[in-house]
Amino acid sequence: MKKLLPYFSFCFVLLLSSFIARPTADGYKVGDKATDFKLKNIDGKMVSLADNKAAKGYIVVFTCNTCPFAKAYESRIVELNAKYAPKGYPVVAINPNDPAVAPGDSYADMQKKKYAFPYLVDESQQVARTYGATRTPHLYVLTRKGNDFVVSYIGAIDDNSEDAKLVKTKYVENAMTEILAGKPATTNSTKAIGCTIKWKQA
Amino acid sequence: MLKFVSLVGGLLLSASAFGQSVAVVRFPDLQKRLARPTDTTYVVNFWATWCAPCVKELPGFEQLRAANAGKKVKVLLVSLDYASQLEKKVKPFVKQRGLKSEVLLLNESDPNSWMDKLDAKWSGALPFTLIINNKTNQRATFEQELSQAELTAALQKFQK
Repeated sequence: MKKLLPYFSFCFVLLLSSFIARPTADGYKVGDKATDFKLKNIDGKMVSLADNKAAKGYIVVFTCNTCPFAKAYESRIVELNAKYAPKGYPVVAINPNDPAVAPGDSYADMQKKKYAFPYLVDESQQVARTYGATRTPHLYVLTRKGNDFVVSYIGAIDDNSEDAKLVKTKYVENAMTEILAGKPATTNSTKAIGCTIKWKQA
Repeated sequence: MLKFVSLVGGLLLSASAFGQSVAVVRFPDLQKRLARPTDTTYVVNFWATWCAPCVKELPGFEQLRAANAGKKVKVLLVSLDYASQLEKKVKPFVKQRGLKSEVLLLNESDPNSWMDKLDAKWSGALPFTLIINNKTNQRATFEQELSQAELTAALQKFQK
């Protein structure tokens, strides 16, 4: 029995460490501070949240070239930037897909897009993991608090992916109206269908 | 009586000869169906014809259905394609792939209105699989593509 004691204690430590190693939360929740990132834009330049000193916040959207839902929302994302960049909340688009799994999401394919906002490649997929993004499109509104950015809204763009003309509730725009008025969004978290982020295969 | 049996049998045969149909349902219909107090384990896979990982894992669900024929296991394939794509995409897909599991199309335009009622853990990425047994109150969810082995292992936990 005595001989077994070190073995048992080793198992115990192993068990304990497996609890400690487990992440406490799956990505950001509303109210969390977003850590800044440094990702390559399709023009080759690196982009961080801290770069734009005038930004009151950002509309960060994980999206891609290939997902039918991302394609369906592409023009609506462009419109969000046109509407909210002048109000201090520009769009920052991030493509987290592994081009080995989704060939249409290569850097060269991303460069075919001509957006008025950054379209960044999350090559290590670390930013998507930190945010807790699971699908494309997956949208986060960040609001500046001093030098920090706080997550103010997570989720859907609106309630009809198929047809923008049939939209009844513009979830992110409703949230933005309140956020711009300095209030917390009443509906700060919504769900939408999207394509699984194409994670690198281990 | 014999006439009746042959009539029903004939109807069933002709139904299968015409191939698998796809019923269009709203969320409350699906919710009621999954809330039935039955000892049958439901394996519910949410998929779409446009979703590559979904299409890749579908044969696994078909094999699971075949391997558990005669057991209290029901495979439901719930398509999240738009209802407008029923005739153009979904039905031809089901026919071409020869899907034998029951296929439903969930006709809801706003996922935010129903997703939390189905499962709060689901963030909205496809594919998504829910395994439930209402008799034993067991429930498992997977927001990922499942291999044949993973799927079999997941169901085995319900069959102990």
